[in-house]
Amino acid sequence: MNASMWSILGIAVVTSAACALVGTFLMLRRLSMLSDAISHAILPGIVIAFFLTGDLTSPWLVVGAAATGVLTVALVEVITTTRLLKEDAAMGLVFPALFSLGIILITRYAGNVHLDVDAVLLGELAFAPFDRFMVAGHDLGPRALWLMSGILLISTTLITLFYKELKIATFDPGLAASLGLAPVVLHYGLMSLVSVTAVGAFDAVGLILVVALMIGPPAAAYLLTDRLAVLLGLAVGLGALAATLGFGLAFWIDASIAGCMAVAVGVVFFAVFLVAPDRGLVAVMRRRRRQRYQFAEVMLAIHLVHHEGSPEEIEESRVEHLHGKHVGWTPEFTRDVVAGALRRGLVEKAGDRLLLTELGRATAGHALSGAGA
Amino acid sequence: MSETATTDKLAVRVTDLTVAYHHRPVLWDIDLEVPAGKLMAVMGPNGAGKTTMIKAILGLVPTAAGRVQILGKPYAQQRHLVGYVPQRGSVDWDFPTTVRDVVMMGRYGALSWFKRPGANERKLAAEALEKVGMNEFADRQISQLSGGQQQRVFLARALVQDAQIYFMDEPFQGVDARTERAIVDLLKELRALGRTVVVVHHDLQTVKEYFDWITLLNVRRIACGPVNAVFNQENLRLAYGGRVEFLEGRTRREPENDIDEDLRGLGRIRP
Amino acid sequence: MSGILEFMTDYTLRTVALGSATLGLVAGALGAFAVLRRQSLLGDAVSHAALPGIVLAFMVTGSKTPLILVIGAALSGWVASLLVLLVVRTTRIKMDTALGLMLSTFFGLGMVLLSVIQRTAGEGMAGLDHFLFGQAATLVGEDLVTMAGLGLAVLIVLMLLWKEFKLLSFDPEFAGALGLPVKGLNVGLTTLLVIAIVIGLQTVGVVLMSAMIVTPAAAARQWTDRLGVLVALAGFFGALSGLIGALVSSLIPRLPTGPTIIMAITLITVLSLLFAPRRGVVAGWLRTLSQRKQVASDSILADLYRLADQHPEPAEAPHEVPVLVAMRSGEAVDKGLAELARQGLTALEPDGRWRLTPEGVDRGRHLVHGTLAEGGEPA
Repeated sequence: MNASMWSILGIAVVTSAACALVGTFLMLRRLSMLSDAISHAILPGIVIAFFLTGDLTSPWLVVGAAATGVLTVALVEVITTTRLLKEDAAMGLVFPALFSLGIILITRYAGNVHLDVDAVLLGELAFAPFDRFMVAGHDLGPRALWLMSGILLISTTLITLFYKELKIATFDPGLAASLGLAPVVLHYGLMSLVSVTAVGAFDAVGLILVVALMIGPPAAAYLLTDRLAVLLGLAVGLGALAATLGFGLAFWIDASIAGCMAVAVGVVFFAVFLVAPDRGLVAVMRRRRRQRYQFAEVMLAIHLVHHEGSPEEIEESRVEHLHGKHVGWTPEFTRDVVAGALRRGLVEKAGDRLLLTELGRATAGHALSGAGA
Repeated sequence: MSETATTDKLAVRVTDLTVAYHHRPVLWDIDLEVPAGKLMAVMGPNGAGKTTMIKAILGLVPTAAGRVQILGKPYAQQRHLVGYVPQRGSVDWDFPTTVRDVVMMGRYGALSWFKRPGANERKLAAEALEKVGMNEFADRQISQLSGGQQQRVFLARALVQDAQIYFMDEPFQGVDARTERAIVDLLKELRALGRTVVVVHHDLQTVKEYFDWITLLNVRRIACGPVNAVFNQENLRLAYGGRVEFLEGRTRREPENDIDEDLRGLGRIRP
Repeated sequence: MSGILEFMTDYTLRTVALGSATLGLVAGALGAFAVLRRQSLLGDAVSHAALPGIVLAFMVTGSKTPLILVIGAALSGWVASLLVLLVVRTTRIKMDTALGLMLSTFFGLGMVLLSVIQRTAGEGMAGLDHFLFGQAATLVGEDLVTMAGLGLAVLIVLMLLWKEFKLLSFDPEFAGALGLPVKGLNVGLTTLLVIAIVIGLQTVGVVLMSAMIVTPAAAARQWTDRLGVLVALAGFFGALSGLIGALVSSLIPRLPTGPTIIMAITLITVLSLLFAPRRGVVAGWLRTLSQRKQVASDSILADLYRLADQHPEPAEAPHEVPVLVAMRSGEAVDKGLAELARQGLTALEPDGRWRLTPEGVDRGRHLVHGTLAEGGEPA
């Protein structure tokens, strides 16, 4: 690895961390698609600010373009409050329109703008190391690295300072309001952070990777933990992991770096989705299968309790009755359930009938009282 | 067997019905027998599984076990004999359609694939709207209706199904007194025609006035039978838990009182 | 005029216009259902997810035959939506998160594949990158045939299953109770939506195609309360914007078709939101304004009636303006009285005093006592 490759990786990792932090809050507030909307809607802001400043990494451009993102959110809310459109439709109206405007500006004035349509989608990570941050003739390193580190520092500071408030406002907006926490201010604060992060990351990695990094790592982390602090840490870690994997992949197959990182985000998510210890697909399927039998065993016990001492008891407690016209289980399933119930000592066999044991009666009673509470 | 002898008089026969969401039981081993021509209330506290039971009978939620028979045959064969009034809040009333259109939807099950509703359906819809007193609203957009009017539209939609057995999920929820009266009259009219109606109900005060049959439910079946025989303190205590102290008319309050409207009604009942 | 002449004679332009109108018509019509079923975001995910399918279809077959690319697009759109369902059904991850994840991952994959064949296949892939933002000028007769054929099939199925899809969209539970195969209908309607999306990809591009699903329906919804009219109107708006966008972008150099079409449909939608009768923003303002005016003049009328009520003289006896000004605490009484006179409820005496007309007395009684003239007892 040469120096510029290290720079690329550094920029990607810092960017992924910044995106994962704000993305986690977006996901918990069920606003994940806002990352998509905002990262598209900032385009005209970026283009116009670029006309004015002539520098894609200028802090003024970041602030000006980020304002477009916040305005988009406000505009969607205004349209939704008129009740003329539902929220998803309002979002689907506003951000493609702004994005189209940006694309038209870029293609019409392509001669004057050092921006092209591919760079909008994928950024120009490969060239990022060559845009240096120069102060008084000293080369301090790639400009994008400085910019994203600055943004990461700001969001880390803000999230640390307002951690408690953000947490309450995310999980219980009503409570937050009653505590005087001004959820609207927090909401727009968060939207501003998302916009700033999206604009800053846009030049380096393009908007597709911004969306992937804001959504994927938090979603994967959400399958691994219940605690917000751990969730934030894991999201950052998984984002960095995906960035690194994508980087490796890009050099291996010689393909678009940002594209490979977006794919890596998906790969990391699906790996976690499959094998996460408690909420992974494998664990969930195993648990569901086990629960299905346990549940059926309890159901069998309750069924026997219900008909105990009734005139139809003998009829209802026959094994073939269970997969006959009443309970409606398949013969195979019934056989497995009865075997399980016998093994656990819930029932005893008496000829072709099943009799409840004390344990079976207690289990049924417990299930009924527990369920009815 | 004796079973077949009784079956043909039963409008609804449910055996061993069990429903679970993610293996948490919502209904445990429910048995139910509703004779034809009865108005039956389904009652129980919040979370007792009343709506789930109706949906399970109608095949709208997957069941873990159990059978449902309608007039002596499996539900799948008798679906055309069953009418349904879902909860009013279950649809988007801003949907671009008119009152008449919604009512005609009740005929969609009887119309074959690809066939559009025509003059006959319009006539049936007009008759049903007449019965619920909504004739003049036929061309109204449904977003412009009050809660009570929405409920009447849903009732009219069920009426055009021309069913033998109706399942209604909380038709009295949030309607004005006039609509409530109109619904009750309609229920009695249906009974007079020999139809059976199963109604998820909340107000303990009106049970005796409106219904002749009742099922008390709290995840499992507490009781099912004629209102006179089954609607008593003992069963209510079993269904609603200890809070049924109110029934005895004493002023003593349970410590954790977050009682809801229907339980407040309990205090005024003297069985 | 020259534009129309050119349209009549120029084969390319005619192909482009017809193609864009077709995609707008089909996307608008199907989009109406997507918006009503709150599936706007699904359209976004499906259209982005189509990209790797298009590139893979080309890589596997080496052909750019429209039908093959469309099948590839539809397949990968479907795979993405199935993965979304799998994630949402088995974990606590919400729909919007899963959609966003699939959208960005699949699109990233598409870009990776594009960059790979760009390197290896060279000029062979020329044209595939038009699928990003659309290039109507690349449409040829064969594309048009494919689009029209698929579009027609989609619209015919929509017509045939109209009542089923309508009920499914309004009240799926009731549809289930009637015995309709709700799951199958769901799959069917979503498949139609996927086809509607993929036939537009070449012209509008995967990035913006979702807007062609949502926006025409959003505009049409403002004009009607009937599903049939809504679907037809959404189709019309979609076709119109497709036509405008394609023509404009063909006539002006360096103007990508997709964004131009989106700007056209957005303009239609903004105008609809503002000026649609009844639902529009302006209509709402006017209503509020006239209500406010009505309330103001009504209260003056009520004052006049009360004055008449308190005094022994007949109800139509005239009163002086200053008295009314005092009762209204100095609000615009003159204007209100003039408005009432215009409605024939008050009349100005030669001496400058105002009196109620007989109609004014009736209306005043209604306002004050809540009864009409012929209605018996005051409430």
